[in-house]
Amino acid sequence: MKNILIDIVLQRLVIGIFILFGVSILITLGVEALAGDVCSAILGQAAEPATVAACQAKLGLNDPMHVRYGNWLVNAIQGDFGTSLANNREVSEQIGKRLGNTLYLALTTAMFAVPIGILLGVIAALYRNSAIDHIISTTTLTTISSPEFFLAYILMAIFAVKLGWLPAISNVSPSMGFLERLQASALPVATLALITVAHMMRMTRASIVSLLASPYIEMAKLKGLTPGRIIIKHALPNAWSPIIQVVVLNLAYMVVGVVVIEVVFVYPGLGALIVDAVLNRDLPVIQATAMVFAAAYVLLFILADMLSMLANPRLRHRR
Amino acid sequence: MSLDKEIKKLQSQVSANQMSRRTFMTSAMALGVGALAPGLYSEAAKAAPKKGGLYRVGLPAANTGDNFDTGTNSDNFMITVAQGAVRNCITEVTADGQAIPELAESLEPSADAATWVVKVRQGVTFHSGKTLDADDVIASIEHHRGEATDSAAKSVAESMGKIKKDGKNSIIFELESGNADFPFLLSDYHITIGPVGSDGKIDWHAGDGTGPYSLKNFEPGVRADLVRHPSYFKPDEGNFDEVKAIAINDVAARMNAMTTGQVDAIARCDLKTAHLLDSKPGISVLQIAGTKHYTYPMDVRLAPFDNNDVRLALKLGIDRDAFVNAVLRGYGALGNDHPIGTSQNYHASDLPQRKYDPEKAKWHLKQAGLSSLDVEMSASDAAFDGAVDATQLYAEALKAANINLTVKRASADGYWSNTWMKVPWSASYWSGRPTADWMFTIGWAAGGNWTETFWDNARFEELLVAGRAELDEAKRGDIYREMQSICRDQGGSVIPCFVNNVDAASDKLGRPDKLAGNFEMDGCRSIARWWFI
Repeated sequence: MKNILIDIVLQRLVIGIFILFGVSILITLGVEALAGDVCSAILGQAAEPATVAACQAKLGLNDPMHVRYGNWLVNAIQGDFGTSLANNREVSEQIGKRLGNTLYLALTTAMFAVPIGILLGVIAALYRNSAIDHIISTTTLTTISSPEFFLAYILMAIFAVKLGWLPAISNVSPSMGFLERLQASALPVATLALITVAHMMRMTRASIVSLLASPYIEMAKLKGLTPGRIIIKHALPNAWSPIIQVVVLNLAYMVVGVVVIEVVFVYPGLGALIVDAVLNRDLPVIQATAMVFAAAYVLLFILADMLSMLANPRLRHRR
Repeated sequence: MSLDKEIKKLQSQVSANQMSRRTFMTSAMALGVGALAPGLYSEAAKAAPKKGGLYRVGLPAANTGDNFDTGTNSDNFMITVAQGAVRNCITEVTADGQAIPELAESLEPSADAATWVVKVRQGVTFHSGKTLDADDVIASIEHHRGEATDSAAKSVAESMGKIKKDGKNSIIFELESGNADFPFLLSDYHITIGPVGSDGKIDWHAGDGTGPYSLKNFEPGVRADLVRHPSYFKPDEGNFDEVKAIAINDVAARMNAMTTGQVDAIARCDLKTAHLLDSKPGISVLQIAGTKHYTYPMDVRLAPFDNNDVRLALKLGIDRDAFVNAVLRGYGALGNDHPIGTSQNYHASDLPQRKYDPEKAKWHLKQAGLSSLDVEMSASDAAFDGAVDATQLYAEALKAANINLTVKRASADGYWSNTWMKVPWSASYWSGRPTADWMFTIGWAAGGNWTETFWDNARFEELLVAGRAELDEAKRGDIYREMQSICRDQGGSVIPCFVNNVDAASDKLGRPDKLAGNFEMDGCRSIARWWFI
């Protein structure tokens, strides 16, 4: 079994590398297709042909696309993501700080959202079709159906403006202490949690409920077990696979899908970075950020598959 | 609004020079505090700068690509941090719209205003400890000139002619022709002064400067932390111990940060909710008439815009009052189809204000031999906030004049490279320039890179050259009046409004009696000029 697992992980990693390669080509083509380049973007209304030309020459933008991509690829494989075209800073340095902030936000959110989501799902399944189930379902469906910036503003209006408990903007900095940082990022964490909890709760509930009609659960019932015990001991272990998948999907969302939340709360994360970089046509930064995002997806899904296999022995055997 | 708040409001208007003593007294009377009024008035009028404190300011228009090569700076965050705090220019624009020496000690013109001798201020040190001299100034200007420069200030810097060093602290500028406004060119926010290195160039990215604050920590697009430069040469500036400039690009987030007290001041308020912010205790919304104006430039080389009657019909077909009320929420002034604002020197206030007049517009159409007209305009919110809606409003107003305007929504991405000055008619804006000559030269002179209407008017060109070298104020006034009138009646641009700078500040902040209007937040210099009371 061990060998099969390792085989599968290795296989996925190789596929992952090809995916990253493909993503980098798509990004290059995409940025190339956008109107203008970094020079006209930075100079904006003030661009005149001579200064744009000088800027392009300085940044080496006159080389054909495949040459620039080739150079980038050779350097990137060696771990050198180059310097930003817009401000001449090391891309890795810029991304490093932002990645830390983004991961902090994702992990803090996951710490709250994953247990709460699964717990609510189990409770909703346990008391399905009761008042509790309806309350949980309605609330979570409401939060997931609201646009995230709307939720963000509601939370901000209540906790920052009316009550004054939490800051309206999350301008976290490396010098902040743990508690200070937690307080500063409380509102984005809460917003992100409200959105992701619903997914996980719905999936947990659905996968448990779908199992409850199976003969072995009926057997358990006939043995006289309590509903709680049936769900936790008998249904849940078999429901893990889909739950893990949806949890990981949400984790990925927490890393890559928080652009709007970062903007609303002025949180210095990767999402804000890639938006700025796209506006500036700053290809090295866009490439590197996209690589981080793509790698996060690839790794998280390998993790999801592994965990699913561990939780469900049937998946470990090739048919 | 509470009584306390009302009084604060009156006091802040006094401080901002928007209210006379008499009006203050009368208003105080009306509030029932007439007996206290004289004391309240002098309290507001006399506050002197005090040192100390941490100033947290929320600024818009930051980007991860921001850097201290000021040739690439273009918007509020970097103008504030680089030009307004970390560096200085050779001259600065005052609240009265004058250019006074900053890193210069004096600027002396020759009789024809074509040669200028600039004495560099002595005893000024960079944050790194280096002493400022003529080499720093020359290298800083040269950065914006020549073939290889990618500076947005290239045209300004190249208009400075031959630059010669004349001793350690003196520079001679030999312009191609006289320019009485030369000191203003040296105040351009792109042309900040950095320390020259051994290679004769300036290491812009290091962020060294002579300004009131040195850079402690800079995360592009996120924040800049600044500390006071202890040996700064202006004793009454650089009053805060420390400054945190926080990038808040989202306007709602900026308003929230101000509301909840996370920052002491913000630039560029949300016009829709500014009145709500103003009604909060302890916060004042500051409104200063500025030079920024929105324009609808037509390519006058192309039909139908090559016909001045058509242009006049389109100018008469815009409802300027509705525009200022709906698009600017009242935070602005009516435009008169020329680029010089009410707050500027040489504004021709005696030119009749053009009003919405569909009947007269129809008459002009008839003169052009048309009974109705179909035109298309490209607009995008990149041109200015709400440009697409504003243009729809314009289209509605034009219907009464038998003009059918189709509004084409252009992509905000790449608007300036692909739409503006590429299509026959588009929406645009100008942040304005501190002098009439500069504005006319950069935006209206024949053949200019940014002459957005491709206009070429012989009389205008003649006056432009004559006005530039004219050192006699009265004669210059006449010249600029005529030029504004030519723009208004023959130019290719519809200019419906001038935009006020609308910022907000905590009442704990002290401000100079009058704020500069050349940019938002006291000319983007609140960090240098303001203080805590």
